[in-house]
Amino acid sequence: MRYLAAQSVAEATGALAAEAGVTRILSGGTDVLVQLKAGMVEPDLIVDVKKLPGMREIRAEAGGFRVGAAVAGAELGEHAAFCAAWPGVAEGFQLIGSTQVQGRATMAGNLCNASPAADSVPALVAGGVVARIAGPGGERDLPVADIPAGPGKTNLKKGEFITSFFFPARAMGASDAYLRFIPRTEMDIAVSSAAVNLTIGADGKVSAAEVALGAVAPTVVRVPAAAKAIIGTKLDDAALAAMAKACEAACNPIDDKRGTIAFRTHTAGVLACRAARIAHERAGGKA
Amino acid sequence: MAFDEYQKREFKQVGTRPNRPDGVDKVTGRAMYGADMTLPGMLIGRILRSPHAHAKIKSIDASAALALKGVKAVVTGDDFARPEDDFLRDVQENCMARGKALYDGHAVAAVAAIDAATAKAALKLIKVEYEILPHVTDVDAAMKAGAPIVQEGRTLENVPAGMSGNVTSHSEFGHGDPAAGFAKADKVVERSFKTAATHQGYIEPHAAVASVTTDGKADLWCCTQGHFFVRTLCAGMMGMEASQLRVTPSEIGGGFGGKTTVFIEPVALMLSRKAGRPVKVVMTRDEVFRATGPTVSTSIDVKIGMTKDGRITAGEAYLRYSGGAFPCGTIDMGGQAAFAAYDLEHVRTYGWNVLTNRPKEAAYRAPGAPQAIYAVESVVDELCLALKLDPLDVRLKNAAKKGTKSSYGPTFPDIGLVATLEAAKKHPHYTAPLAEGQARGLSCGFWFNFGGNTCVSLNVNTDGTVGITEGNPDIGGSRASVSLMAAEELGIPYEQIRTIVADTNSLGYNDVTDGSRVTFAVGLATIKAARDAVRKMCLRAAKIWDIDEEAVEWKDGAAVPAGPNAGRFPPMTLAEIAADSFATGGPIAGHHEVNVDGAGVSFGVHLVDVEVDRDTGATKVLRYTIFQDAGKAVHPDYVEGQMQGGAVQGIGWALNEEYIYGRDGRLQNAGFLDYRIPVASDLPPIETVILEIPNPGHPYGVRGVGETPIVPPLAAISNAVSRAIGTRMCELPMSPPRILKAIGTTA
Ligand SMILES: Cc1cc2nc3c(=O)[nH]c(=O)nc-3n(C[C@H](O)[C@H](O)[C@H](O)COP(=O)(O)OP(=O)(O)OC[C@H]3O[C@@H](n4cnc5c(N)ncnc54)[C@H](O)[C@@H]3O)c2cc1C
Repeated sequence: MRYLAAQSVAEATGALAAEAGVTRILSGGTDVLVQLKAGMVEPDLIVDVKKLPGMREIRAEAGGFRVGAAVAGAELGEHAAFCAAWPGVAEGFQLIGSTQVQGRATMAGNLCNASPAADSVPALVAGGVVARIAGPGGERDLPVADIPAGPGKTNLKKGEFITSFFFPARAMGASDAYLRFIPRTEMDIAVSSAAVNLTIGADGKVSAAEVALGAVAPTVVRVPAAAKAIIGTKLDDAALAAMAKACEAACNPIDDKRGTIAFRTHTAGVLACRAARIAHERAGGKA
Repeated sequence: MAFDEYQKREFKQVGTRPNRPDGVDKVTGRAMYGADMTLPGMLIGRILRSPHAHAKIKSIDASAALALKGVKAVVTGDDFARPEDDFLRDVQENCMARGKALYDGHAVAAVAAIDAATAKAALKLIKVEYEILPHVTDVDAAMKAGAPIVQEGRTLENVPAGMSGNVTSHSEFGHGDPAAGFAKADKVVERSFKTAATHQGYIEPHAAVASVTTDGKADLWCCTQGHFFVRTLCAGMMGMEASQLRVTPSEIGGGFGGKTTVFIEPVALMLSRKAGRPVKVVMTRDEVFRATGPTVSTSIDVKIGMTKDGRITAGEAYLRYSGGAFPCGTIDMGGQAAFAAYDLEHVRTYGWNVLTNRPKEAAYRAPGAPQAIYAVESVVDELCLALKLDPLDVRLKNAAKKGTKSSYGPTFPDIGLVATLEAAKKHPHYTAPLAEGQARGLSCGFWFNFGGNTCVSLNVNTDGTVGITEGNPDIGGSRASVSLMAAEELGIPYEQIRTIVADTNSLGYNDVTDGSRVTFAVGLATIKAARDAVRKMCLRAAKIWDIDEEAVEWKDGAAVPAGPNAGRFPPMTLAEIAADSFATGGPIAGHHEVNVDGAGVSFGVHLVDVEVDRDTGATKVLRYTIFQDAGKAVHPDYVEGQMQGGAVQGIGWALNEEYIYGRDGRLQNAGFLDYRIPVASDLPPIETVILEIPNPGHPYGVRGVGETPIVPPLAAISNAVSRAIGTRMCELPMSPPRILKAIGTTA
């Protein structure tokens, strides 16, 4: 196994592209190192990308934010302006692990580890966040929603990795929320989860919305029908019931040690409704 | 039984809360746990485990592993002689399979190599040819005709003919005629329950370092609850004499019963014998879950009859326990404990142990009792609800007390159940208001407790301090309690005493740290060893004063003349006598060896409030109070710790913990991520109320306290949840999916 602490993006993409064997990118390492120790993966090459320029920066861009791919949970959580604009993204990211894990874990790692239950991903998808990807052929932008391909798989090509995320400018009256269900209060994996990003219009009704569910399908799922159910409403009971129903219809989960199909499907709807209420309140909405 | 031991007295030190002697070492990382031991030239051992639930081992080819550079030895089941004794043979075959792998994780071979990476690489080079056999992991399925037979020919004569070959034993307890009792009841409830196997969840994985020399001697360091028993088992498997195998216990990071047997110790010894070098084996967490000893999994039917005014007319239980792939006696304790809290005219339990393709059960605090009592206490609660009776009043009305012929035979001496129930009734928790969606549950709990073989030495140092040598690994603060009892008896400060746990060569045999026996039995032996030393010190004083031995007595840490006729001498303190000891006959030491009888049974009552989220099935434990009879709380912090720890483990067991097997018979959740013990934020503060009804069988009235607290939580929480959702829950754990299903939210 070789370890490379890349000094430039080109060095990293070059080494990753040239390696014939198994490669892993090392960001926080909170997935990679655990998997190494458990013998789940034996990489031939590990490329540490934390030291590349800009990887740990949060900066303003086009009225929104550009967040470096190696920014850790604890760092993002201390950025007051970001947290005010994207409370749902921040809370999803900060649910990951414990204080120790928060000091290391990154959104890029969470996304590219490609667990359907990854906690930071639904809010990124609901937020329409776009990842910037470096590769042997140069840079490209790809919506976060298009990155997961299935459990443990992404749509990144050989040699590619994420360098940053772009969070677009926020409209007035926009906010988001994320909720997960775990049988304990912390240190657990989402059995189901939901993120809701919404905007309240001048008339007090939801004018735009995005809903994404986690842990209920091979990848995070966008649920436009659920968003549609609440757009134009003040989240009355009928709208929320329709939203829950749409969420349930979008679920395609598995039965496993963490939960049954029926349980995951039902709770995804429950969480989406609860998250919608929270986002609504954060956005200044009144029921 | 020796019920003449207890003498009422005013305690000066017993009952106080001095600092724990192992505290500094533990918080500074200095304490030596199992994996901390290192020896020169030491090799690392790793174990290859079956990936199949049930498979014939057709061949094992280790030649490629042995050819790998750095590999020094390979061990398989064939390296061990086959013990004649059934019990020992089972333990050995559990440590290393022979002919058949009986469960996922069963050890099939082991290697010793110069480092961990080489050992790991070598494991992959061992070729095992398996013939996969049909498996069964569910206790009810294993009892059906046609179920795969886990082991042939293990059925005892007491099993009725015609049952599945997986049924290994049957037991019955009770008295009276339940049918006649049910006829007198106004209401009879009959329910079936299931409980999942759970793991003790100790933080420290098993670890052992073995060093066998060419002249046949061996040393073994390991993390265990009972090194004398480890010696017995390992010497038997290794064909060694006890004197040649010295076992030294490490500090122990939790055991709860799970470290009362061996798993890796004989393997480490055999690897060391073959390699000619010391070998260390440390389990991974995955191995701990797959291949140590979880609890039994159970299926239980309970039938209880009650009159309108709350008198239980009869109780009956059918208990089916599986202790995994080997015969297991835990069923007997379940049957005996089921109705122990009640004074019943008609009571009967029927129990069966059933083989399944699961790891061999090991003890877990009050083995067998939590499951049986969960089922009984659930039905009692259901009757209370149906008859609109107060659940504490009903328990009080039927409570076992002094003179009750227990459901398992013996007649109870002084016991604390009624006092415990009354304390619960008086406590503000019992009448505190509950909000919408919340409910309160309660349950009684019981455990026998145990005494057993015990040997203690107490050495009086010439500077007036005292060293105590005992032979039971300290898993719950016993060194502090032992020092306190010696301090009380000798009349010197606690701080002047240091108690250590010594190896198997330093003392006579000590039974395992189990049965909540240590503070009780080692305490008793310590008190008597102290009295032995006191007698000797009085003799020295008599010698110095030149008076009769009988004319000297011990008071407040000093020898004094007994009465005016003995002569007028100033008190001679322990320190003064010790300082002079070389001139008065040599060193002074007290000893006591005994097989202790008279362990007092212990009862507890737990009260719990919960809230259930009807949309997600999540249960929140809001408030928890424990009432328990400790006989005498020697060091109350530790008693409270035992009570709280039992409740926490019980909360996990009730709500989330379970061994989950896939269709392939493999364990799905061999790690703390998916084997969900509670985290701190899951728990409310747990209030404790200690009652002290002296045990007549101990000089200070001590009863064991370590096991009873895990008994009531299962039913207390299940009763609370059932009341909160309006549906009786009959299966553990009450995980959120099960609760939503019970409510009818999900199909
Ligand atoms: C104790 C503990 C608790 C945890 N709790 C949670 C939890 O509650 N919720 C949750 O979702 N997860 C949890 N995790 C998992 C893990 O912490 C998260 O997935 C974390 O976000 C991973 O980030 P990382 O930077 O550590 O990733 P790494 O381990 O460094 O990498 C993970 C994967 O992503 C790839 N990768 C890393 N960086 C990039 C990049 N820039 N571009 C492309 N690919 C990349 C790597 O190749 C690897 O496959 C927990 C882990 C631990 C150890």
